[in-house]
Amino acid sequence: MKISYYPGCTLKNNAKNFEDSTLCSLRILGVEVEELPRWNCCGTVFSLATDDLIHHVAPIRNLIRVKESNSDTVMTLCSMCYNTLKRANLRVKNDPESLEKINNFMDREKVEYTGDVKILHLLELLRDEIKFENIAEKVVKPLKDLKIANYYGCLLVRPQEIGLDDLENPVVLENLMSALGAEPIDFPYKTECCGSYQTVDKPEIVVERNYQILTSAKARGAEVVTVSCPLCAFNLDHRQAETVRIYPEFKNIPILYFTQLMAIALGCPEKALSLNLHYIDPKPILKEKGLI
Amino acid sequence: MRINISRSKIKNDFVAKVEEISGQNLLACYQCGKCSAGCPAISEMDILPNQIIRYAQLGLKDELLQSKSIWICASCLTCNARCPKGINIAEVIEAIRQILLRKREDHLKIEKLSDQQKENLPPIALISSMRKFTS
Repeated sequence: MKISYYPGCTLKNNAKNFEDSTLCSLRILGVEVEELPRWNCCGTVFSLATDDLIHHVAPIRNLIRVKESNSDTVMTLCSMCYNTLKRANLRVKNDPESLEKINNFMDREKVEYTGDVKILHLLELLRDEIKFENIAEKVVKPLKDLKIANYYGCLLVRPQEIGLDDLENPVVLENLMSALGAEPIDFPYKTECCGSYQTVDKPEIVVERNYQILTSAKARGAEVVTVSCPLCAFNLDHRQAETVRIYPEFKNIPILYFTQLMAIALGCPEKALSLNLHYIDPKPILKEKGLI
Repeated sequence: MRINISRSKIKNDFVAKVEEISGQNLLACYQCGKCSAGCPAISEMDILPNQIIRYAQLGLKDELLQSKSIWICASCLTCNARCPKGINIAEVIEAIRQILLRKREDHLKIEKLSDQQKENLPPIALISSMRKFTS
């Protein structure tokens, strides 16, 4: 299987651990990944204003790049890229007038976009194309006894028309973790917002969210929390520095991309995990469980 | 807080603009409060999401444009997902923000952030906050 891949900006620096662990895992699963040529930033957030077409130009340009590479499907990893690309595509597909305006604006593009690129999140590729039972067969190091709380955040599941699972009770990450031999833990904050971009100028809001979400996960017995968004990762991992300052009784918990755990289970070398990019060091718990 | 309600306010340009930018019918709301019940950010807000819709119905422009809440909402879309009348509350809040931003009244002053504040921030955080909080 061969698939076009849109990485997005953060995957190339702060979230290199997300990209490296994904590419290694997909290699083992027999998927050939082809990075999109000349991709640009998706804009990170989908504009909610009805008349704001200019902000859909960036995601649509990326979908034109997909067409140019003779593909009709693109895979992405970051929740925000997934949401923005998929919503922008849906927007122009359902609104021919907007599509025409955007195409006219991008008059130097050789391809006229028609709204026909399929945007897949890695989790959909794993669940629907490769299938979890086939992934389970490739596991060489089961994540035995590791208690994992899976955090979805907002943009993988909302709004419903683009979400990849049930919007109130998604289970795709839990099912993947079970296939990898782990013990997924359900917790009530799994789809609650982490505070998102408020982290830039109002970090105190994020610290409060961080405390609530992680305290809930730990109360259910979680030893690590998985994420699929580099902004959630930053807010849940790096902001623990401030959380401890405000709530001295708070005990740190490592945050990992779900792909890092998949990479461990599939036998990727430790190098593919880039564990040095974390604020809370996940190595002690991974060593304790015999996983690294 | 004293609030004056009048027919001229209810029919003002502001209400029309909010409806136009958001694409939402404000009068569909019957104030069940489900949006505020599920909102993870209400502890930081001065006007709750259901109240934002009520204020918008009543054309209370100044109260909404000066509210802290419109800059607290991070468009997590929980309210939209739970509204029994199908109103997209996050879109209404975006419209109110847009009315200010389109006058070049930036909320985020990126140049005022210290190097220490900007340090370690991933690109995804900076880009999204600038997209949401600047014109």
